[in-house]
Amino acid sequence: MFVARSIAADHKDLIHDVSYDFHGRRMATCSSDQSVKVWDKSENGEWHCTASWKTHSGSVWRVTWAHPEFGQVLASCSFDRTAAVWEEIVGESNDKQRGLSHWIKRTTLVDSRTSVTDVKFAPKHMGLMLTTCSADGVVRIYEAPDVMNLSQWSLQHEISCKLSCSCISWNPSSSRAHPPMFAVGSDDSNVTYGGKVQIYEYNENTRKYAKAETLMTVTDAVHDIAFAPNLGRSFHVLAIATKDVRIFKLVPMRKESTSTGPTKFEVQIVAQFDNHNSQVWRVSWNITSTLLASSGDDGCVRLWKANYMDNWKCTGILKGDGSPLTGSSGQPSAMSTVLGSSVQSSQNALNGMSAGSQKSQHLTS
Amino acid sequence: MEEVDVEPTITNIPAISDGKHMGFAWGPGDILVYETRYKASGSGCSFIHEIRKDEDIYSPILRKLFNESHHIFVGLQTIREDLPSKRDVNAQLVRKNPHSVFYSDIHFITLFSGTILTLICFLLKVSILLAIELIWNLCEVLFIDAAPAGSLLLHLLDWVRLHKADVDEKAREVLQSESPAEHRDYWDVVVSYVLQGRLEEVRQMLVKQANLQPAARSMYKQMDTLLSKMPFYNPGGTQTLTEFDVKWRHWHEEVDRCLQDNSFASNRHLELICKILLGDEDTLLDHKELLGTWYHFLVTRLLFCHPTVKLTELHYYAQSCMTMFLDSRSVPEPLDNILLAAFEFDIHQVIKECSIALNNWWFVAHLTDLLDHCKLLQSHNLHFGSNLREFLLLEYASGLFTHHSLWQLAVDYFDHCPEFGRVYLELQIERVPLETERKALKVLRVCEQRQMSEQVRSICKIMAMRALRNNRLGSALSWSIRAKDAAFATLISERFLQDYCAKGTFSDLDLIDNLGPAMLLSDRLTFLGKYREFHKLYGEKRFREAAKLLLSLMTAKIAPQSFWMTLLTDALPLLEQKEVSHQSYLERRVTAWCCTLFYIIFKSHYSIHCYC
Repeated sequence: MFVARSIAADHKDLIHDVSYDFHGRRMATCSSDQSVKVWDKSENGEWHCTASWKTHSGSVWRVTWAHPEFGQVLASCSFDRTAAVWEEIVGESNDKQRGLSHWIKRTTLVDSRTSVTDVKFAPKHMGLMLTTCSADGVVRIYEAPDVMNLSQWSLQHEISCKLSCSCISWNPSSSRAHPPMFAVGSDDSNVTYGGKVQIYEYNENTRKYAKAETLMTVTDAVHDIAFAPNLGRSFHVLAIATKDVRIFKLVPMRKESTSTGPTKFEVQIVAQFDNHNSQVWRVSWNITSTLLASSGDDGCVRLWKANYMDNWKCTGILKGDGSPLTGSSGQPSAMSTVLGSSVQSSQNALNGMSAGSQKSQHLTS
Repeated sequence: MEEVDVEPTITNIPAISDGKHMGFAWGPGDILVYETRYKASGSGCSFIHEIRKDEDIYSPILRKLFNESHHIFVGLQTIREDLPSKRDVNAQLVRKNPHSVFYSDIHFITLFSGTILTLICFLLKVSILLAIELIWNLCEVLFIDAAPAGSLLLHLLDWVRLHKADVDEKAREVLQSESPAEHRDYWDVVVSYVLQGRLEEVRQMLVKQANLQPAARSMYKQMDTLLSKMPFYNPGGTQTLTEFDVKWRHWHEEVDRCLQDNSFASNRHLELICKILLGDEDTLLDHKELLGTWYHFLVTRLLFCHPTVKLTELHYYAQSCMTMFLDSRSVPEPLDNILLAAFEFDIHQVIKECSIALNNWWFVAHLTDLLDHCKLLQSHNLHFGSNLREFLLLEYASGLFTHHSLWQLAVDYFDHCPEFGRVYLELQIERVPLETERKALKVLRVCEQRQMSEQVRSICKIMAMRALRNNRLGSALSWSIRAKDAAFATLISERFLQDYCAKGTFSDLDLIDNLGPAMLLSDRLTFLGKYREFHKLYGEKRFREAAKLLLSLMTAKIAPQSFWMTLLTDALPLLEQKEVSHQSYLERRVTAWCCTLFYIIFKSHYSIHCYC
């Protein structure tokens, strides 16, 4: 892997979250400097900052995009106990020429009494729904019934998880085979009781969310949690960032026809990695759920992949080396290192290429 | 794939200090990383880094390769099940001169390559591609052609000759010189030709030397005779393998006799050639630089010691040749391991070694697909054969999907992955950026052809929303219709009607006039279409039809409340028209009644003076 490009982010304080939009052409960054910046990727791959504005009166922890079916909409959450929804306004033509856009606040959600630690949109088939979780242990689910009027949001569900919450993840599956489901992680550091991950499921009859599962084996503080994209499987895969990286498989057990409670799951641990040596802070799946990335106290980002036989292992490490940034963008690493010098010797005589092959041997050493 | 033996690669990120936390975000085809500190505050970080895999799908050379292999792949998939033989599979493969793919690009690249670094990277790519070609051709020889003894060696000779064409370069140089036989590379060329079994060329070269040394003429004549008499197996001929073997042994003995008789003792070059013809190992190993590789050594050794070698005997010779050729200090490299695995017929090992050694999944995916089609994966006891194929193809195609135009090739690969192809396609096609309407239509076509109705709806909705935000009502409406989104169509129709009330005219008349059956998507849309029709009729002075239409609009109850006043206003002048006034009494009464009814209802909601 190589560094293709480095973007000068220009925030005045630490960046806490970076989020790509659905199509990967825009990105939002948020920071302790209380602002959010939106960046657009041009055709030649360069990033331009098209908006930058103060969003909260405290550090902004997370920023996330709604599905483009709802337009250009962002949500942010902050230490200032609020979450906010922002919509891009199509500006004057001279603004567009200057490559600027405007975002306006549609609503502020002030129900939380403590820092709001995560904000996520629910899967689009559920409509425009926003979920927040707070240090006060409450998960709140809001809905905007009229997609064209984003200033109207109603609090649909308020779920008390009893423990301080740090992260939420929705199951992205839109299959009718399973009801809407999300997982909540708690960063409560008391290890004497387990259950730092709770799974909630929507019940069609009661029209409420009920707890379906608690992962009792997770006793340490959980900092991040992520459901994998479903890929038509009947079971669910959940990655957890705690004192190590853990991947769980949740297999729904067959429901009796009379049962009206939430689905029961068989919980299996698929993999567990403690390579980060201490706390793992973030986990996230790529689009096809073939790669999991994790970031930890050791300052590295690790990439995990399952082989054909479903055995997981680390396939790459991104590590800061403190070296100064050079002016040029990167080049791929010498690809011939793996094939070695026998390639040079078996190489066809491309005219006058002997000088070239010597240079490439230098790179391989 | 089993990759347990390999340590994870480490990529260093500049401008992030050792020990600082690193945040990340997945993107299409890349991952963004930035310095941060979880659960703490600190000084500002400066940079966000975009990290990509080395696959380099943006390389122009690879682009051509991807397109050509896609063509072959698709052709391969459509072979009917009842075509039994591998030969038919082979016939489907377009076996062009493989170098043609690259040479045209070489000229292009050398013209435009800016820095030395670019050129080096290019050369590295070329060397990898050449290695891939080497492996691929060997797999074709061993697994697909799978020739019997006799022919096998001929195929292997072809393989070596194809990949060691530098001899011809040198030969050309020598022959074009003033006195070829005295050129310093002359004997190197001759020996190289012998090692490749190209004895005709050897004889032609030796003639030149013979002419320079009249005293040694008889010796050269003798060598020439030996060379001309070396038997080569003719697969199409009437000679059996046994007959060939006998003939070959006789010739071998004759050469041996010449050596024992010291016939060539006075000319070290000719004696050397004689030893090579006998397949003398030490002599061959003395010429490592001319052989270049252990597999050339292997084929030469077989040529001069055991030309009737069978497929099943290859592995023994391959292992011993590799050991002999590589001295004790050097370690076999990945390419060597891949070729050795091929000679040992360990297909699984070939695939495994390739996927470790090569960054891009392209080669492994196509090779596995080819072997699967030849039913070779099953016969080698890989009971998960077809799933392995699918696994690799999915990896490869997913990599292509992030490219702005190669994604279209990827679609075909997903189509031919029966288990997960569809769901992978559904997941990834939604993410293709829809920069222009044209691109959106391309993506839509792919989805519509495969009945991916949810993806169709979603893409149309995204485009409709985008158009609406930019106030392009006509575009928004046509996308909503395509999305079959009644709610959105209603919303947009409302906007049209509001616009009309404000401006007195309609925009996007073409669209509204040609709605056709799509009008029925939503009540409001129907009203919009019919109302516009009313206006047309009025404008064409077809007052009777206009009146009828207006009446039906009023009675059908699809008119929005906000529009009743407008409808009434429209009705009044109509009533005064002569044509209308000549309508039947009943119609007039009904018309009047409706107007009154509307008026009453309207007045009860709004305090407006009526000017009836």
